[in-house]
Amino acid sequence: MDFELTPEQKMIRDTAREFAAREIAPKAAELDKTSRWPSEILAKMAELGLLGVAIPQEHGGAGMDAVSYALAMEEVSAACASCGVIMSVNNSLFCDPVYKFGSADQKERVLQPVASGQKLGCFGLTEPMSGSDAQTMVTNGEKTSGGWVINGAKNWITNGPHADWIVVFAVTDRSGSKVKHTAFLVERGTPGFTQNAADHKLGIHAAHSCTVFFENCKVPDANVLGQAGDGFKVAMATLDGGRIGIACQAIGIARAALDKSVAYAKERKSFGVPIAQHQAIQFMLADMATQLDAARLLAWRAATMKDKGVRHSAESAMAKLYASEMATRVTHKAIQIHGGYGYSTEFPVERHYRDARITEIYEGTSEIQRMVIAANLLK
Amino acid sequence: MQVEPTETQALVQRTARDFATRVVAPLAATIDATAALPDELLAGLAGLGLMAVNVPTDLGGSGAGAVAYALAVEEIASACASTAVAMSVTNMVGETLARFGRGALASRFCPRLAGGGHGLGAFALSEPGAGSDAGALRTVARRDGASWVIDGAKQWISGGPQADVFVVWARTRPPETGVRGLSCFVVERGAPGLAVGKPEDKMGLRGSSTVPLEFAACRVPEGALLGAENEGFKIAMAALDGGRIGIAAQAIGIARAALRESLEYAQARRTFGVPIAQHQAIQHKLADMGTLIDAAHLLCMRAAWHKDRGEAFTREASMAKVFASEAAVRVCNEAVQIHGGYGYIREFAAERHLRDARVTTIYEGTSEIQRIVIARGLLE
Repeated sequence: MDFELTPEQKMIRDTAREFAAREIAPKAAELDKTSRWPSEILAKMAELGLLGVAIPQEHGGAGMDAVSYALAMEEVSAACASCGVIMSVNNSLFCDPVYKFGSADQKERVLQPVASGQKLGCFGLTEPMSGSDAQTMVTNGEKTSGGWVINGAKNWITNGPHADWIVVFAVTDRSGSKVKHTAFLVERGTPGFTQNAADHKLGIHAAHSCTVFFENCKVPDANVLGQAGDGFKVAMATLDGGRIGIACQAIGIARAALDKSVAYAKERKSFGVPIAQHQAIQFMLADMATQLDAARLLAWRAATMKDKGVRHSAESAMAKLYASEMATRVTHKAIQIHGGYGYSTEFPVERHYRDARITEIYEGTSEIQRMVIAANLLK
Repeated sequence: MQVEPTETQALVQRTARDFATRVVAPLAATIDATAALPDELLAGLAGLGLMAVNVPTDLGGSGAGAVAYALAVEEIASACASTAVAMSVTNMVGETLARFGRGALASRFCPRLAGGGHGLGAFALSEPGAGSDAGALRTVARRDGASWVIDGAKQWISGGPQADVFVVWARTRPPETGVRGLSCFVVERGAPGLAVGKPEDKMGLRGSSTVPLEFAACRVPEGALLGAENEGFKIAMAALDGGRIGIAAQAIGIARAALRESLEYAQARRTFGVPIAQHQAIQHKLADMGTLIDAAHLLCMRAAWHKDRGEAFTREASMAKVFASEAAVRVCNEAVQIHGGYGYIREFAAERHLRDARVTTIYEGTSEIQRIVIARGLLE
């Protein structure tokens, strides 16, 4: 048992923390209010290696491990949850599967520029009427000579309006009792691949998402990611990692809300004393901090298992489930502690609350995480 | 980061698990029903080094550390919570004596507690009118020649009837000095003037006898003072920090048992043509139970790890204790629900787990006290 971080892990955490405080936090409110895409922040994140944290340096990444990635995700998300999810999608949902399942050519041609942050990636699994239940996927990939033709639509594609590459999943075999999927790498500008305008959302305003369309979109064989027919496996393995990223996003959001609540409670007075001296407030803070630590330990456990290369589906699901629901509770309490100011957009906690809410939904809803965990317990 | 136990920790864990499944678990229902812990069971724990897991080897302990200790308590508690609390308190008393016993007390009593055959350790801080608010303790100790004479009453003393050694807090300065006027004494069973009262009739943890103590001009030698005079509060707080890791581990063990039995039951019991484990309503309960248990376990391990490194762990221990105990109550409550009517009857263990879990949010500092400790750390 050892909960100590390595010097490298501490270094990337401190680097990310310092960078987030200096470059991201001062802009977070503006990004939220204007829904502006944070190009200049992403360029700096790329310089620091934050867009490919756990990808080896030879493939354009920072060459760190999953725990480092978890730490960096928390730091960035504590400053701005939108920047956090842009980072998470690029790292976990794009770079990770290309590194794990990609050919040498794909690693050089696609992974290198995305992991280094020159290009941006996104992930297309969900459809208007099919999300966690991938058996109902409509998007189709048809084999032709030398390639594939993809038809269908994907929605809630975070980074979609700006991404240079998408890893997209399509059904490529409907002959058996269960359909089989294939993962494809599709570059922006490929004829037949188009993007809608960005979605309007409750929170994470600066992280643009959209629906993307594939109309007779031709993709060469060289862009099949992994084996044809193995797409579901690619998607599930990817999400096991992605859920660690989202857990850490939730943890970052909650931490920001707790820090602000502690500061506010020491400053604001009622009945002649700072409200921090009232047990009602103290107990909220104590619960927030305890749940935050519990979530962080669950996320770190999943990340260490990923680093060891052992199966971590249930552990990632636990981390994601607990952290996301924790973040909603903690940010809710943060608003309560702030009273009327908590409800005002002049204070950041209402943003944290809105931002936290998505973490219970994307990359597998809480309900899906519970299914994954229960299946593992009942094995 | 390394979330697996080391070799030593794993060895202690396996030893405890083996004893728990082979010896303790088959007795658990009887222990609860008869409200009695067999002496040979306690001797068995001692024989395996489990009564002094984190006491140095030169004092008869296992010297395996706080993480190993917490892992062992989890295993024993997942078989029988009453046995686990006897183990937990005895370990806490042994550790306290080893740390503050200035040679003589430690070398005399630690091996006795560790070795079994003599009895348990008991921790006598709470009184009828004062518990967490130790500044309000009223038991007094006054010097009389080469002795101390203790007068007062203690309440909720776990393991009292089977105890060999009591650590007792008493006031050695006037009441207005609050916690700065407390000293700690080691009192042996049979000390003149010490009367062990009748066991309380409790909701759960029935195998562990909880008694009041009466000290009527109870005379102990000068050397029975543990640590420095008027510095007893520090000893109590240090002991409780460690004790909270033990109670967190106990709660986790109880919850694990409740989950394990729920998983078995959910796969055996059928409704609407399928095992109830196939209904999402049940699956999602099981998932939440498993997640809470893992989170509690990690909080507990983290606190124990800090303790092993000699670092401050007060806040971490409080977080582990409040989270694990409240998680255990929730998990055990869901276990009863999953078992339906069978969860409410004594033929199944689910109702015992719920009764046993309930005390963990109360003793060794209520949840409310843990939250005060945690908030204090945050607001510093």
